[in-house]
Order: sequence, then C-alpha cells, then structure tokens
Amino acid sequence: MSLKDLNRSLWVFHVNSGSCNGCDIEIVATLTPRYDIERFGMKLVGTPRHADVLLVTGPVTRDMEKKLRRVFDQTPDPKVVMVIGNCGSTGGVFYESYNLVGPVDRIIPVDVYVAGCPPRPEAIIEGVVKVWAKLEKRGEKK
Amino acid sequence: MNSGKIIEKKYRERKPDKPVKKKRDRKSYSLSIGPIHPALKEPVRFDLKIEGEKVVNVDFELSQVHRGIEWAGTRRNPVQIIYLAERICGICNICHSACFCIAVENIAGIGVPARAHYIRTIYGELERMHSHILWAGVAAHELGFDSVMYYTWKVREKVMDVMEALAGNRITKGIMMIGGVRRDIKEKQVPMLKEALEYYKKGFGKLGDIFLKDPVIKSRTVDTGILSKQDGLALCAVGPTARASGIKKDVRQDAAYAAYSDLDVKAITPKNLLGEVKGDVFDRIVVRLLEVKQSVEIIEECLKQMPKGKIVYEEKIPKLLAELRSVEGDGIGRIEAPRGEVIHYVKLVGEESPFCWKVRAPTYNNLLPWGPMLMGEQVADVPIIAASTDPCMSCTNRAVVTDGNNEEVLDNEAMRRLSVEKTNALKRRVGR
Repeated sequence: MSLKDLNRSLWVFHVNSGSCNGCDIEIVATLTPRYDIERFGMKLVGTPRHADVLLVTGPVTRDMEKKLRRVFDQTPDPKVVMVIGNCGSTGGVFYESYNLVGPVDRIIPVDVYVAGCPPRPEAIIEGVVKVWAKLEKRGEKK
Repeated sequence: MNSGKIIEKKYRERKPDKPVKKKRDRKSYSLSIGPIHPALKEPVRFDLKIEGEKVVNVDFELSQVHRGIEWAGTRRNPVQIIYLAERICGICNICHSACFCIAVENIAGIGVPARAHYIRTIYGELERMHSHILWAGVAAHELGFDSVMYYTWKVREKVMDVMEALAGNRITKGIMMIGGVRRDIKEKQVPMLKEALEYYKKGFGKLGDIFLKDPVIKSRTVDTGILSKQDGLALCAVGPTARASGIKKDVRQDAAYAAYSDLDVKAITPKNLLGEVKGDVFDRIVVRLLEVKQSVEIIEECLKQMPKGKIVYEEKIPKLLAELRSVEGDGIGRIEAPRGEVIHYVKLVGEESPFCWKVRAPTYNNLLPWGPMLMGEQVADVPIIAASTDPCMSCTNRAVVTDGNNEEVLDNEAMRRLSVEKTNALKRRVGR
C-alpha cells in the first residue's frame, strides 16, 4: 500500500463514551497542523450518517451504552470501528468500576484497537492506516 | 461493605417514581442538544426551552461520564490512586494528581523538598498554558473560525513538546508522587524550556490580535452570556469564569500552595486590560489570554529562584506506603487548576487504601452559572457561551448514580436521602 492508494477521503465521527479527554485531545492534535492527517482528506464530521469510520474513546459508561449502539446503527456500511486508548480496549484503570458496561467490543464490533493512555498521535495515524486497508477490503467485497 | 456498593444496593431497592405528565406549552418549544452532538466535545445533555430564537429556560443533564473513580480509589493504595487521579481528566491531570498528593501529605505530615515545590509549580503553569490555548482553539471553533483553531493548536504543540521532553509523555505525565515529584528538571533542559517561553512571548501578540481586535469575534462575544458579579458570587463560580466577572478569587493568591507563596501571584480580572468588567464571553477570553502571559512569567521566576536539592521525600515506594499505612486522619488539598479551584478530600484510617476520597472539580461550580448566562440569549450563541466556562465533564461526572436497568436519574430528594443514609452507614463503619 502506498500513498497513491489514498485516493478517497475517510470521514470520521468521534464518540466520547465516557473518556477522560486525554484521547480526545490527541485525536484533535492528530488533525491539526503538526500531524495534519486532514491533508489526506480525513476530517471529523457532525453526524454518524456521513461517516466511514467511528472513533470511540472511553470505557463506555451505563449511560452511553444505548447511545453508542444507536450511533453505530446510524453509520452506513461499509464502516470500520476504531477504539482509541486503553480504557476503550480493556477498561484500563477503570476496569473494576460499577458504572461501566464496556470495554467497547462488548457493545459494538471493533476492527482496530489503538493502545496507549492516551496513545500518541503517531499511534493514531498508524491505526488509521490499518483502518484504511480494512475498509478498502470491505468495499471490494460488497 | 464499601460505600459504592451501599449506594448501588439502596438504589436498586428503591421503587421507581411515577412518571409526571408534562403540560404542553404551545408558546415555547424545547430543544434538546446532546449528549452526542458536534458542538459538544464531551457528552452532556442540554434541554433548552426556546421562544423563537430566544432561550427562556435552561436545564442540563450530566452522568454520561461517571466512571466511579472515587469508589475505585477506596480499593487501591495511595500511590496507585495518583495514577487514577490523573485519569479523572486528561487535560488537567497535573492538578488532580498534585491535589491528591497535597491532601495525603497534609494527613501524614510529610514535608515536601523545596525543589519539588518549584517543579510542581512549573508543571502546573505549563498545564495552564496548554489548557488555555486549547480552550482558545475550541472557542474559535465554536464561533466558526476553524483556521484560528488550527493556528492555536499549532501554537499549543510547543508546550506539549516541552512537557514531553521534561516528563516523557504528552498528556498523562505520571510526574507527581506523594512527598515530591518523580523527575527532576535537569540543567541541560532549562535552555529548551526558556526557548519555549520566548516563543510564547512572541506568539502572544498574534494570538492577542486575533482574539481581541477581530471585529467579528468582538461582535459575537461582547455583551454575550453575561454573568454578573452578584450571580457569580451567589453561584460560587470559580477560576477564570469568576475572575472574568470581577471576583478576585485565585487559590494561588488566597491559599498559596507549592512555590506560589514565594512568587507574587495576583488574580487577573479583565480590569487589568480593559479597565472595566462586564462578565461577558469576551472578558473570559481576555482573562484566559492574560493568564497564559502570567504563566510564562511565573515559570521564568521559578527557573530563577529554584533551589537545588532533593526532589522527593522518600524514594522507596514500599517504605512510603508502609508509613502511610500507619497514619490516621483526614486532609484536604486545594489547587488552582486551569478551570478553577480543585478540592480533594482524603481520609486515611491506617489501612492499605483510603477510607474515603472525594473530589470537587471546578466545572461542578461553573455549571450553575450557565443558567444566568444562557437565559435570554439566542440559540446560535449557546455553544460559545457553554464553552466559555471551559466545562470539563470528565472532571465533574461523579455525583449522579444511575440504575443498571433503568435510565432514570436520581432527583434531589432521593439524592439527599441516600446521602443521609450513606453518612449513617459510614458512621457505623467508623464506629462513631
């Protein structure tokens, strides 16, 4: 896979399912001038109905469970779900809490996990590359 | 039985209240925003009553980010809690961890070395710079100036670089320790820090020009979302939100901690620059920008005055934990976070983990001022007014208990009843 294969724009919707903000600000940092993945046409959109990729941060609190499921259903196929951060992948430091129903993969199917608390923007970019490859494959099958 | 389980059990036993039928008011409409909404960076739900474009009533609902952190804290030892405290909020992780450390130090009577005080101050101010600049970007985004947002985030990367070079991580730094800090600021790191401060001194002019002189930003923010001094005092606003309404309230000035007693820190109000106080969104921008400048000056002063010596009270963590296990009592930590005053209350009872840990984050106080700020404003101004207090939901969401099967939220009366029951249960456990 080379840069030439990036011929379409990935649109991303971000769901905060109870995160501490750490991952969320790193996601914005990934989009802003220093790391700037917007140059590849990737951008945050305002509704899941426009999105190809769902970015989920946070360990999924009870309150957000139904909402997360609904956002997932609203995203059109083919779609890819990407979990950013340890607490979305495993529960992280909050693993034993009474108010968690997560990690995210208990609620919706997850394709790519990005580890780190919070992951560096470089790690998020690597995750995006993997998402890209998956989405291309999924598109071919359809 | 620990406190979290008591609440859960009591709540499950409670019968659900009958649903109240609401009367339809034809004149006004209700507009629900959130919890997932592009204008919101974090989940929170607004319920606005609107008449035409005017907001006539405001209600908001929290609990989406409640992760049971305080409860988890009662199952871990104090050193483990530092890392939990950092994850209360990714943006203000230094103040939460430092605040917890101060509370525990107060209980155990641990003396912090002078150099560690200065290092804590430097980290606190670096965090304030990064948080305020980040906020400026979010505010610009809410106003529709995305290019300004990108510019401010570019400016912010410099302070992130400095923090990474000093602590080894960009966001959660893991630098605080009970009785000091975990890493020293080395002599060879100082030039890099100074260079970054110079960069901000130069960059401040441009940021100031963008936010303070642009006619569009001015017309959107001046006389918008006014919080009067009386309202601010009555609703206990804290931090820049209070200072922008002319309330001279700053923990660094009023109850100096760390190295602030050696430094001359004065609370900043818009009077310093504009000569008058209106308490609108523009004033909040002014206060935050002036505070970035103030932070640069504080760090410079710290670097000048910083003494040499030890950076932590006890390097061996098992020894420190053994000492904390033998301590009983309760203590409070107070810190001026970027958003206002953070209070941590800790009670140790001579066991491995604390008996109680309570956090009061600044956004908790700054939520109620949303009422007077939003009332009478246009719907289009709601995002910038809500953002102008720099709300941080992940800090705040620890007050609401939700049931597993039922999505209702406890009302005031039930909360009060539970609170009384919990106090009684705690009393029984302590044996008083």
